Amino acid sequence: MTDLAKNLHTEHMVINMGPSHPVTHGTVKFLVTLDGETIVDFYVEIGYLHRGFEKMCENSTWEQVFPYTDRLNYLSPIINNVGYALAVEKLIGIDTPERCKYIRVITSELSRMADHYTNIAASALELGALTAFLYFVEARELVWDLLESFCGARLTSNYIRIGGLKNDLPDGFKEDTKEVFKRCRELWVDVDKLLTKNRIFLDRMRDIGIMPPDEAIAWGFTGPCLRASGVPYDVRKAQPYLVYDKMNFEIPIGETGDNFDRYLVRMEELNQSMRIVEQALEELPSGPINVDIPEYRWQSKDDIYTKIESLIFHFKTVTGGIRVPPGEVYFPVEGANGELGFYLVSDGNGKPYKCRVRPPCFPLTAAMPRMVKGALIADIVPTFDMVHMIGGECDR
Amino acid sequence: MTAMESITLKKLKEKFPDSIVDTHSFRGDETATVKKEKIIEICKFLRDDNELLYNFMMDLTAVDYYGREPRFEVVYHFYSLKYNRRVRLKVPVPESDCTVDSIISVWIGADWFEREAYDLYGIIFNGHPNLKRILLYEGFEGHPLRKDYPVRGRQPLIGPKN
Amino acid sequence: MIAELIEAVAKILFIFGVNMGFFAPILGWVERKQSAVMQDRVGANRADILGFTLIGLLHPLTDTIKILTKEDFIPAGANKLFHTLAPFISLTPALITFAVIPFGGQYEIFGHRINLVIADLDVGILFIFAFASLATYGTVLAGWSSNNNWSFLGGLRAAAQMLSYEVAMGLSIIGIIMVYGSLRLTEIGAMQENFLRWGIFLQPVGFILFLTCAIAENKRVPFDIPEAETEIVAGYFTEYSSMKFIMFWMAEFLEVVTISGIVTTLFLGAWHLPFVSSEKLLSLFGFAGPNLSIVLLMLTNIVTFFAKIIFMIWLQMTIRWTLPRFRYDQIMKLGWKILLPISLINIFITGLVVLLK
Repeated sequence: MTDLAKNLHTEHMVINMGPSHPVTHGTVKFLVTLDGETIVDFYVEIGYLHRGFEKMCENSTWEQVFPYTDRLNYLSPIINNVGYALAVEKLIGIDTPERCKYIRVITSELSRMADHYTNIAASALELGALTAFLYFVEARELVWDLLESFCGARLTSNYIRIGGLKNDLPDGFKEDTKEVFKRCRELWVDVDKLLTKNRIFLDRMRDIGIMPPDEAIAWGFTGPCLRASGVPYDVRKAQPYLVYDKMNFEIPIGETGDNFDRYLVRMEELNQSMRIVEQALEELPSGPINVDIPEYRWQSKDDIYTKIESLIFHFKTVTGGIRVPPGEVYFPVEGANGELGFYLVSDGNGKPYKCRVRPPCFPLTAAMPRMVKGALIADIVPTFDMVHMIGGECDR
Repeated sequence: MTAMESITLKKLKEKFPDSIVDTHSFRGDETATVKKEKIIEICKFLRDDNELLYNFMMDLTAVDYYGREPRFEVVYHFYSLKYNRRVRLKVPVPESDCTVDSIISVWIGADWFEREAYDLYGIIFNGHPNLKRILLYEGFEGHPLRKDYPVRGRQPLIGPKN
Repeated sequence: MIAELIEAVAKILFIFGVNMGFFAPILGWVERKQSAVMQDRVGANRADILGFTLIGLLHPLTDTIKILTKEDFIPAGANKLFHTLAPFISLTPALITFAVIPFGGQYEIFGHRINLVIADLDVGILFIFAFASLATYGTVLAGWSSNNNWSFLGGLRAAAQMLSYEVAMGLSIIGIIMVYGSLRLTEIGAMQENFLRWGIFLQPVGFILFLTCAIAENKRVPFDIPEAETEIVAGYFTEYSSMKFIMFWMAEFLEVVTISGIVTTLFLGAWHLPFVSSEKLLSLFGFAGPNLSIVLLMLTNIVTFFAKIIFMIWLQMTIRWTLPRFRYDQIMKLGWKILLPISLINIFITGLVVLLK
């Protein structure tokens, strides 16, 4: 009998989920202790995509940081560009022309849409609904086509500059957007039909990964995940930057803070983003897109080739970097995943003394153990999808 | 606006006259430099005082002012949802005593941020339950965001040789 | 004697050929193409011979060549015997069950009686269930013998799920047995000549229950938790490669065909055309003489049967590409708390109706 008892002992199973596991799309490792299918212990290990973003920035000129910011949240690179540009502009103390602000809003919202499309699509995919995935990937492709039309790149756009933009929107952009949004809305309705009232999807998402509002705040949640918990915090509304105060839009909030609310918040934000883009395109003023301060923003190529002052400024700023006055600023923008803050320290040289990003998915990923402990192993999937950890941003 | 915003710094100065080293408001960012001994009390005060209510710990990082004494500064950013205000707290940390109290008891979300600051700057957070490297691997030598860490610094190979 | 032997061999070759030579390879292509159509994509279209792609139909061929030339990998610490045996145990039942499914009626040609079923067992349905449950061993063994935590979890899930759904599946079919009063599939098929006597009209609840349980038994989306790739990598066949890996897939595809065959036989009027009786067909084919007209009738029936099978395959594929997957506990809840009681109620009501009639 004792032998039997000894032979029949049970123990917890420890498994490594990742770093090359299908659910860990952003390259992350979970050390999961399982009792049958139930998660007893959960430990998140990140850093697989760490490439020393801050160290690279500290050794580049202020302008050279832009391509690095593209690779933070690579699903919505323009928001990162905008955030960094606004932070530097705040540090310098310049204001961009009105048209530039509008275009920045338009491009940010398009990026946000691409991000949300990817998030919802990937969640559906990982719950087994491949069709919904491809519908939203098609929508994302269309949005990326739009992004490509004005900056030439789909993923790593590098479109925003300090004090302006790389170039203006192309002709016919408004009409293209209208067409794309028409198709995007159709696809949105399709995915809504496939997922929102789908009983299986509902069962998988509802009441999983619940985060009450006070706890969400304590963990440092921001963005859709915080709003799903019922806290109406959105940087675009709370501390409007660019021209968000002129835009007419709403921020959806959830009730329970479970995965389904996070999904619904994102779905609704897609509509709101489209609304913002349409308004901004409607009201888009004409005028310059760059500030006319040659110390900070390059002159046009025509001037550089024909005017000696412009050539000198160009030479100075390209070789030595722009001179940002000493000081420190923190500038938050609403990234697709939450508050994306840039904390910059300048010592007056041509390079950032410190360029810190507050990655929105970092605290969200940190709260993963809190959200999945006690749940089933299958619940990791929707929770981690809705946390939407982006390796490039979380690990930097 | 400025009158409204300075309430945080005013209250901080009133409450902790000895701990506040310096305050300034560069480009509208309210900043208080505080001594590291009272950081937990200050954080609790910022979070719980009815006129402040800084309930979000938005960011925690460090800056290495190499060649300056004290060398490091741990930088906190707080946000108050109710009053829609932000404040920055800077805590100077000398290299000789590279420690600061962990604020994980005030905001649980500070956990990973402190680990990151430890990982990249080597600042020890007293009272942190699990102060391990987070972005880099165990066995990494040095702290790469310190200004004296070489840009092209090489690390010894770890793991099985093959 | 010789004629019977030839007949039996011909039937076996036909079924084996249709299943292994047509359905098993082609379903991979069908699945890819159908999902492509549903998802606004093009789908498989790259493989070509001299520039002819044949809408991607060459892909099964290239896939086969690729798979046959891949390394057959057995992980260290795996039980070699069971690791190799498992895919065979999975594949065989899917093939064998087709032996009792009639793909046509009984015909008198040139004085020779032809019964279009390989083995006309009087316990046909029981035979199917017996072998369907054997398939469980394949997955469980695969999961256990791979010496891998993911496989192990997958094997456990598969065991729990397949055993649970076998109960509901068995009970869902009792209604149809009570209505037709036979376990012999040829008889059940023959009794459905009248369109309104099709199983789906007599046992609508039974049809839905059986289809659900059968898909669950086959471990396809939405019931694919034993191989849920985002949770447990690939479940019980994580450690399989090469031909053994594809044998699991073939087993799955063939089971799709088998399920379609059973559903067609039990619920969709087997080989009969709706509204057109065999006599009417015979009189239609009367121009061809007595024997040839029966051959034509036989061919019509076979085509009808396989058309229905293809329709059922299409239906299963559509379900597979529409729904997300369940969670483990939800599957169990669905099986034991919803499907099982409904099938019991279905039996009860069927019994009442049969008794009172």
